[in-house]
Amino acid sequence: MSDGLRGVVVTHGTLAGALIDAVAAITGTAEGFVAISNAGCGRERLLEEIETAVGDDPAVVFVDLPSGSCLQASAIFRRSHAHVAVVAGVNLAMLLDFALHREGTPSDAAARAREVGARALQVWEP
Amino acid sequence: MVLIRVDDRLIHGQVVVGWGRQTHMQRIVLVDDELHGSEWEQELYRTGVPDGIAVEFPSVDEAVAAFDGWRTDAPRTIVLLPDVNTVARLGAAVPLGAVNLGGIHDARDRQEWLPYVYLSPSELVLLRTLSDAGVAITAQDVPTARPVPLGELVGR
Repeated sequence: MSDGLRGVVVTHGTLAGALIDAVAAITGTAEGFVAISNAGCGRERLLEEIETAVGDDPAVVFVDLPSGSCLQASAIFRRSHAHVAVVAGVNLAMLLDFALHREGTPSDAAARAREVGARALQVWEP
Repeated sequence: MVLIRVDDRLIHGQVVVGWGRQTHMQRIVLVDDELHGSEWEQELYRTGVPDGIAVEFPSVDEAVAAFDGWRTDAPRTIVLLPDVNTVARLGAAVPLGAVNLGGIHDARDRQEWLPYVYLSPSELVLLRTLSDAGVAITAQDVPTARPVPLGELVGR
């Protein structure tokens, strides 16, 4: 088991890998992260991939949209795996913060990610 | 009824955004015996349904009983089915007319026919049986893609 929580990012297309690449580019490491794309996956396959990525380690599963196949598979997985929390609406800000704060419980980390991610949403107008 | 679609991702973006907008969908009927018995999963799938769109989760038996009504009543309805077995059960009981294969992904015993259509030998038999009975079966994941007839997809 690696130190700290695992971060599993589940998205459409290549977004998950790109987000993790960006985390690595900024922090210098992508330790603890796993990217999963739903491309070519039905629900059962996606569930299997999430299960493999999480393993027995406590983890936060980040998904892109607050609905759809990524959330559905992650939420169904979460229901039978108490050591996992799911956050929908992943963005780079919350992943960066997570990369630097992988301690504590999945539930606490998920709550923090939601707060950081929401704080990153800003509108700048003249 | 504007579309009957086999899609193992059920309610997701291609259905809601792609087909939903193209067909001016007003209702989703998700026919799935497993989901029919799980209120928790129904709630999960409702999160993907836009405001103003009705959603129902009947069993296959309930779908058979309600099918004529769906064909003739007002709401523009997309019928979603999770797999080939379910569409075969439904098709054995009611006249389906046309079926869209939208997403049947890789699993044990399945062969790839399109990046979003994998079929096992037994599923192929079921689809050919439906086709022989007059059901127009095409593969098409999104409205902008070319519909591929079953015969062209897998041959005879």
